[in-house]
Amino acid sequence: MQKYISIEGIAKKYPKSGGGETAIFENLWLSMQRGEFTCIIGHSGCGKTTVLNILAGLDNPSQGAVIVDNEAIYGPSIDRAVIFQSHALLPWRTVLGNVSYAVTSRWKHRSRADNEAHARKYIDLVGLEGAEHKRPAELSGGMKQRVGIARALSIEPKILLMDEPFSALDALTRGTLQDEVRRICLTTGQTVFMITHDVDEAIYLADRIVLMTNGPGAVLAEIVENPLPKDRARNDFHKHPLYYGVRNHIIDFLVQRSKNFADEIAASGFDPRNVPVVRPGAVEPAVVASEPPSRAGAA
Amino acid sequence: MTISSSFRAAVISIAIFVAFIAVWHLATRGSGQVANMDPEYAKLMGATATQGKSAMPGPLDVGATLWNHIKRPFYDNGPNDKGLGIQLAYSIGRVAIGYLLAVVVAIPIGFLIGMSPLMSRALDPFIQVLKPISPLAWMPLALYTIKDSSLSAIFVIFICSLWPMLINTAFGVSAVRKEWINVARTLEVGPIRRAFTIILPAAAPTIVTGMRISIGIAWLVIVAAEMLVGGTGIGYFVWNEWNNLSITNVINAILVIGVVGMLLDQILARFARLVTFPE
Repeated sequence: MQKYISIEGIAKKYPKSGGGETAIFENLWLSMQRGEFTCIIGHSGCGKTTVLNILAGLDNPSQGAVIVDNEAIYGPSIDRAVIFQSHALLPWRTVLGNVSYAVTSRWKHRSRADNEAHARKYIDLVGLEGAEHKRPAELSGGMKQRVGIARALSIEPKILLMDEPFSALDALTRGTLQDEVRRICLTTGQTVFMITHDVDEAIYLADRIVLMTNGPGAVLAEIVENPLPKDRARNDFHKHPLYYGVRNHIIDFLVQRSKNFADEIAASGFDPRNVPVVRPGAVEPAVVASEPPSRAGAA
Repeated sequence: MTISSSFRAAVISIAIFVAFIAVWHLATRGSGQVANMDPEYAKLMGATATQGKSAMPGPLDVGATLWNHIKRPFYDNGPNDKGLGIQLAYSIGRVAIGYLLAVVVAIPIGFLIGMSPLMSRALDPFIQVLKPISPLAWMPLALYTIKDSSLSAIFVIFICSLWPMLINTAFGVSAVRKEWINVARTLEVGPIRRAFTIILPAAAPTIVTGMRISIGIAWLVIVAAEMLVGGTGIGYFVWNEWNNLSITNVINAILVIGVVGMLLDQILARFARLVTFPE
């Protein structure tokens, strides 16, 4: 299978105060295909954001390289759009101004009217028509993040990088935005790399979910292939027979295995270049009601 | 019905003003005829000794001369008798030239210092030493090298306006949020476009705050500088009227200096509102 993005043995190290170096992560390998939606999940401080920043070109790895479309990346590129957790809108520009800024950066020599029409198309796409001339300070958190999404999509990037884009939003807004991002990414065949803390969000959106252990010295422990059908819908994907299997697998990892993964490595051997791919099967939820309460503790 | 707080503030302001004028008027009312003396001797003694008139002018005297100045602001009866408007125009002109020169120098250098940590460290010792020097301390050196008193005053305004703008520009530029810079980087925005579309608008509120501090200092310094260099300007007017022992005119000048200073500050405040963005 052709690799579109290939992370090859990257490390990020910082000098320790008493001499020597601390590796946030090292020897990290991961590849992604064109059109694939990959989520990375792990505890805070494991270096997920650093991985994303390296992919964006905003940060440099201490070792290793990232290959995109057969070329090593050096620095940021307009082909790799970033949706920032803090939305990072320019507060002195309007909604249209923010999106147009990105559009004009992409098509420098196109007429102003064309670029503005293009920007408006993406503002409509995220459902912000009517708010074009508002400034970010006048928008709610969800609307700000919509502008961030419109800005990132408007430049028609080859890769979309998202750093916990929905974590600052309320549950209802988050759900709506997840639906819209999923719809847009499916129709355009967008290649996406996204950081999240939300297991359900990962299962709903991602084709593959990468599990990262705790830092320092974090590794990619497993790649979970999402067994749910591609045409899953928000209202019933949690009723799919395979849903609990995937969810339990990821939560078990986050609660227990992410801390003690070094023991697993010691016990079974681990090749960071070939991260194990798992596809959690149909595991029924553990049945607790059939056992009499008195025996439940002993079982 | 509640009376708006700005209306109540205005009422209190007017009450304070009226009370101040009343106290001033009463304090300078004079004590009436004090002594009978020979008319020749009385001429030498002046009104204070002969008629008990206060040596300090009262609000009515000041108001009357102020009205004369307002009626004829631009008369010119030779070097030592020019209208208040002409003197103010000289002062404002010097401040404007010195201040604009400082803007032209301080903002680009401030940008450089803010963008480059290396230049920031390299220039820091010079700024730290030059900043606390009283601008008037430069005056003899300026007079000696420039050999023109009016240009020396402009130089003094330049040097005193420079530091607040320079320091604020450097601070504003270096404190631009990393995420906005990252937006420009991921969009592959070139360095010049980045400077004008991201860094300048982001740092503008801080830069304009520095400009506002500078114009205030420049207006403080021009009075002292013109007292030293003489010839023209509101500072020279104050000193000249002191030599004439015209306290009424000195008070008039003090009032006018205050009003012009307030106007200059308000212009910059309006400019600051234009470039400030809510977050």
